[in-house]
Amino acid sequence: MDEALTYVLLMLASTLRVATPLVLCAMGGLFAEKGGIVDIGLEGKMLMAAFFAAATAAVTGSAWVGVAVAILAAVALAVLHGFACITYRGNQVVSGVAINILAAGLTVVLGTAWFARGGQTPPLTGSERLPPLFLPNAGDNVLVYAALLSVPITWWIIGRTRFGLRLRAVGEVPIAVDAAGISVAWLRYRAMLLCGLFTGLAGAYLSIGQNAGFSRDMTAGQGFIALAAIIFGKWRPLPAFGACLIFGLLDATAIRLQGVKVPGLGEVPVQLIQAMPYLLAVFLLAGFIGRAVAPKASGVPYVKEH
Amino acid sequence: MKRWLGSAIALIAMGFLASVQAQTVVKPAVIYSTGGKFDKSFNEGVSAGVERFKKETSIPVAEFEPSNETQFEQALRRFAQRSQDPIIAVGFSQAVALDKVAREFPNIHFTIIDSVVDLPNVQSVVFKEQEGSFLVGVLAALASKTGKIGFVGGMDIPLVRRFQCGFEQGIKYANPNAELISNMTGTTPAAWNDPGRGAELAKGQFDRGVDVVYAAAGSTGIGILQAAKDRGKLGIGVDSNQNHLHPGTMLTSMLKRVDLAAYNSFKEAQAGDWKGGTQVLGLKEGGVDWALDKDNEKLVTPDMKARVDAAKADIVSGKIVVHDYMSNNSCKP
Repeated sequence: MDEALTYVLLMLASTLRVATPLVLCAMGGLFAEKGGIVDIGLEGKMLMAAFFAAATAAVTGSAWVGVAVAILAAVALAVLHGFACITYRGNQVVSGVAINILAAGLTVVLGTAWFARGGQTPPLTGSERLPPLFLPNAGDNVLVYAALLSVPITWWIIGRTRFGLRLRAVGEVPIAVDAAGISVAWLRYRAMLLCGLFTGLAGAYLSIGQNAGFSRDMTAGQGFIALAAIIFGKWRPLPAFGACLIFGLLDATAIRLQGVKVPGLGEVPVQLIQAMPYLLAVFLLAGFIGRAVAPKASGVPYVKEH
Repeated sequence: MKRWLGSAIALIAMGFLASVQAQTVVKPAVIYSTGGKFDKSFNEGVSAGVERFKKETSIPVAEFEPSNETQFEQALRRFAQRSQDPIIAVGFSQAVALDKVAREFPNIHFTIIDSVVDLPNVQSVVFKEQEGSFLVGVLAALASKTGKIGFVGGMDIPLVRRFQCGFEQGIKYANPNAELISNMTGTTPAAWNDPGRGAELAKGQFDRGVDVVYAAAGSTGIGILQAAKDRGKLGIGVDSNQNHLHPGTMLTSMLKRVDLAAYNSFKEAQAGDWKGGTQVLGLKEGGVDWALDKDNEKLVTPDMKARVDAAKADIVSGKIVVHDYMSNNSCKP
């Protein structure tokens, strides 16, 4: 009995560790998406933030300065995205892809130039990393709790505040918001700022919380998984959080299931276990989630009528 | 008259250049694997050999770090077109590209590390990783208090299974009751470069009672060894000597002398006695070994050292035959 309980707790800890960057990233993405901006640049923002967090922590010796600079870096990219597709009404998908490519290249170039380690930052130790708060073995640093907190905060901002109401309106019928005398562009920029804040935290978690340093392409597609979680959750914070946890749980299970002999089946091949999250995604999306309807004005730049 | 003189000078100069080229001038090049030159492991080992050659001979070496597998062929061809010679291709994943390019440039000498390409102008260097892994397996079994030992591999391919299989045999040799828990990071080349996942896999093993983990996973290993340090467990490095990464929690490293392979290949080319064919470097040839230095000497007791040295002598003499996973794609002979 005790053993089973320990096992469940360990799985839970592992799930949370893996899901933290997904949750933070999904919450950031929700603000952008709710405001009608498609943001496939989540991955790039997270990667850039991860790099700047590790680089700053390595140079200054403080993880907290690293977190702050990571947020700045992600916000800068978010504003760039906003500049391209709010102010200049560019294609949001193209701008997002551009940000991903920019981040993938720039992090390695800057890393090579500053640290001469082939794009990696020096390994971080001691105060350069975020320490676990209560459970030394579970890796529960402050950003894990921040991720858990980010869900009710996002839910409250989007569902219960004036800003949230207007943001949702701007994602559905921007012309109505404009007619009420509220700036569509400014609302969307604020959504991007929030998006930058959360993706910045997600990136910092990756490089100075979970790991001890930045390495090339360390986000490994998690920004896209977060985007999928938003769609899974039908653009609502709580279900999106649930989707992130499911992805995290599957990953944690996959890690622990490897090489274990399942009764009746024998040893399950690694390939099958690693395909599980994606198989489940297809299965759920096709059968259980039903139609996921995006905000109506999603991806459409707003042109002010005169 | 003037023209005649000019062409005569040109001719002499060309002849001089040609004669120099035949003896000493080599234009060596190296193409790293996707893990990157500074992976603290496999590629960095090659890089150490390249640096040694550059220092001793002051001959510049052209280097390239591909960002993905599709660049291998392009890079090999570019170097061959610029008549770089010899060209070292690092890593088994370049084998297909090299096979193609080496046929196009039969006069250029290529060396591939970690795979075999059967062409007259290709030198293939492979290692008996199972023998080195056997030794660190013996150490792991002797150092483990729980009797549970972990292995985290990079990409799930026969080469990595060979490390795992040798490691397992070493563990069983030293402690038949010990248990090995194995994980592979992934099934794509990205698995060499995912420290986050490596750390998570290692933590999963620690939760199951593992107290010594062997990381055979390129850059992913950095995360695995970091996780071992964070939890106060022992880590075993691979390829290069990684003991310096976390002095005190690094039990040892399985050395694969890729640096020697690279260095020797360049030196042979410079001396003009470069030969094609396959070299298999094991314990006997000094191609693999285990690392003992100031960073881990406190963890290795004299008794452990004696046991490992005995196993090493037995492997060299042929008394112990370490089974090679790749000979029959199974860990059972």
